[in-house]
Amino acid sequence: MVELSGVSRWYGNVVAVNDVSMALGPGVTGLLGPNGAGKTTVLHMMAGLLAPSRGMVTVTGQPAWRNPRIYADLGLVSEREAAHGFLSGEEYVLSAARLHRLPDPKAAARRALSLVEMTSAADRRIETYSKGMRQRVRVAAALVHEPQILLLDEPFNGMDPRQRLHMMDLLHHMGAAGRMVLFSSHILEEVSQVSGTVQVMVAGRLAASGEFRTIRRLMTNRPHVFAVRSSDDRALAVALMHEASVTGIDLDQSAGLTVRAGDYGTFARRLPKVAAETGIRVRQLQPTDESLESVFSYLVAS
Amino acid sequence: MTVETPTPAPAKPSKGFLINSTIARITSRSLIGRRRFLLLLPLPLLLIGLAALADGLGARPDEWATPVLVGLGFAVVLPVIALIVGTGVLGAEIDDNTLVYVLATPQPRQRIVLTKLLVAIAVTVLTAGPGLFLAGLITGSVRLAAGLAVGGAVGAVVYSALFVVLSLLTRRPVLIGLAYLLIWEGTLTNLLSGTRVLSIQQYALSVGDAVAHSSLVTATVSTPVALIMSAVVTVGATWLAIDRLRSFSVAGETS
Repeated sequence: MVELSGVSRWYGNVVAVNDVSMALGPGVTGLLGPNGAGKTTVLHMMAGLLAPSRGMVTVTGQPAWRNPRIYADLGLVSEREAAHGFLSGEEYVLSAARLHRLPDPKAAARRALSLVEMTSAADRRIETYSKGMRQRVRVAAALVHEPQILLLDEPFNGMDPRQRLHMMDLLHHMGAAGRMVLFSSHILEEVSQVSGTVQVMVAGRLAASGEFRTIRRLMTNRPHVFAVRSSDDRALAVALMHEASVTGIDLDQSAGLTVRAGDYGTFARRLPKVAAETGIRVRQLQPTDESLESVFSYLVAS
Repeated sequence: MTVETPTPAPAKPSKGFLINSTIARITSRSLIGRRRFLLLLPLPLLLIGLAALADGLGARPDEWATPVLVGLGFAVVLPVIALIVGTGVLGAEIDDNTLVYVLATPQPRQRIVLTKLLVAIAVTVLTAGPGLFLAGLITGSVRLAAGLAVGGAVGAVVYSALFVVLSLLTRRPVLIGLAYLLIWEGTLTNLLSGTRVLSIQQYALSVGDAVAHSSLVTATVSTPVALIMSAVVTVGATWLAIDRLRSFSVAGETS
């Protein structure tokens, strides 16, 4: 439904998106990557609001750039887009329905507002809304014409846990109904809860793509670094060196042990046993490179 | 929760209307709601007040009419109102990121530009027109008043087209527009006779003069030239604006 082939986008001499190709079909896809990875740029190019510097973006077979017809099949919730504060939520969604020239704009607006659970606050002005409410009313405006393709830029930002759950549910249902839903996020957890397939972007490049579980495994089976503190660091280091899952240990008198493990799962299972066998008390076990960035940089390097 | 299965494209075929009432409504509400716009309202009042004051002091109109009507009315009140309104209908929406709302719909781009231009012209005429008309009435006759209003309306059309396209060519349309008014319209066209044919203020004055037939308002370009140049600038600016809107890019991540 949406296809990118060899797409790059640069601003001056800064490359925001570097030679990305992907083909997206029905279902929910997560666009995962740290901030500044080029996710927003990709979404804007898909939505025809930015020209690719090189390559081609097509939406339902048509070029996305300079082609307003694509918006009949496409809805966009851009993080950068603001809502008119002086309109009520209902006016905002209703106007969107009218701009899409729907045959029954009022019914379409009502349906969209109830989908995002904004019916009760619909007659309030948008400037009185919380961030999460604004986000939901913008989602309602984006899907008022029941588009086949829905693009959302960081849709869960500013939502409380309950709203987040509801939004995830909504996206999931839309995907199950055969629509294409693509949402960006820099939070691994969000992506894992909603989408089956993931496109991972790092520094403008497509680092990995495919089933979420495959990528998850790739992420957990990579080398890990742990900070360990115990009652006897030196003795623990000696014991751990016998373990096949451990690839290296640094010993520092003040900071404790830095253990490099080749296999996350095995090391996590072995450490308590080793400690129990040697009678050493482990006071602290902390993964030191769990930030998404390190996961991403690992994916890029592999 | 249920989500209906997609219904086959229910949208009506896009008809040939040149303007869209929804865009017009949102644009005018957002324009009038801006504080910047409210600051403009004293300008026409100042024009009327000065004319009434001069008239009340018993001075002869030919002593003060030109500085007040032309120097204030046509050189300041009309273009400044057109600048704030013309950049407000599109530039302000680019600034506060509300334009994407309209752009992410299949509305033809020429319809978006023409609707917003029409709103800009209407609001400029309604804001500046009565002031020019009343000031003309105080100074001279109904005929002079009508001349100023018609000239002002022509100026409103051309200025609006110019400031709408300026909003799409630069992210600082008010600043550039103000510089244009001060440097080009205000200074250069008075110093260099060759550039007078490229002055929107002169077009407005010329048309106003043709209607008013008054020595109080005079222009340096002939009326046919003024009309043709007005049409050329308006059509050219509008065409360029439509083309630029088709290629509208949202601000990038790194910018």
